[in-house]
Amino acid sequence: MKPGWILLFAASLMTAISVPATAATLQITMDNLVISPSEASAEVGDTIEWINKDVFVHTATARNGDFDINMPAKKTVTSVLKKAGTIEYYCRFHPNMKATLTVAP
Amino acid sequence: MFVRLSAAIAAVCLLGSPALGQGAAKPTDPQIAHIAYTAGVIDIAAAKQAMTKASHKDVKAFAADMLRDHEAVNKQALDLVKKLKVTPEDNDTSKALTKQAADKHAELEKLKGAEFDKAYAANEVAYHKAVNGALETLLIPNAGNAELKSLLQTGLKIFQGHQQHAEHVAAALK
Repeated sequence: MKPGWILLFAASLMTAISVPATAATLQITMDNLVISPSEASAEVGDTIEWINKDVFVHTATARNGDFDINMPAKKTVTSVLKKAGTIEYYCRFHPNMKATLTVAP
Repeated sequence: MFVRLSAAIAAVCLLGSPALGQGAAKPTDPQIAHIAYTAGVIDIAAAKQAMTKASHKDVKAFAADMLRDHEAVNKQALDLVKKLKVTPEDNDTSKALTKQAADKHAELEKLKGAEFDKAYAANEVAYHKAVNGALETLLIPNAGNAELKSLLQTGLKIFQGHQQHAEHVAAALK
């Protein structure tokens, strides 16, 4: 590797460390007993908008205990991702509703 | 053992249920609406019984979930039949379901504490299994109206969820 590239690499690394990426907002929808998208990716600090379009109460419950979001019927709730990892989650009331959220550090 | 017992109960329910088995005639939309609504009413009554009689907190919570969801589904069903101007029509399947439910209600009424909890949870597994079977093989295929069919399909998904939830609750009571 040429010294120039190393410098550039170091600079970009420092930028990445000193300026955290702007937190994004991601929408996950429960509609007709289906979670979509069924596989989503986000980063720590991002906000999830959990949109429940059903007339039923749902939850987004992480199998590893990282989160347990309660979604009243026809409501949207938000949560901020605090931990990285690949998280499988489901609805406690309708365990046939399952999805995966990958949270990058 | 418990799994085998539940399976046996489910089998008995299915066999002992000419109603949910193969009726001679194909049900009409007004009959299908009546059967689906009746199935909901039955589980609401069972949930109310459990909310007063159950002792385990998970069983009580499950009963509250059943009450909430089945009331929501039945409200949708009522709204739909009103919109479609369909009058649900009583029929032998609905009558048989109601009779079986009354017998089960009386049987559960005699039980207490953990015995009640186990019997209620096992029956919820078996009952949802039977209703889901009926939805899949009898009600959904014979529904003529597209909106009715769609509501039944939503019902199937939610009741499959209930069946799994009931299985978790029943397994935890072992």
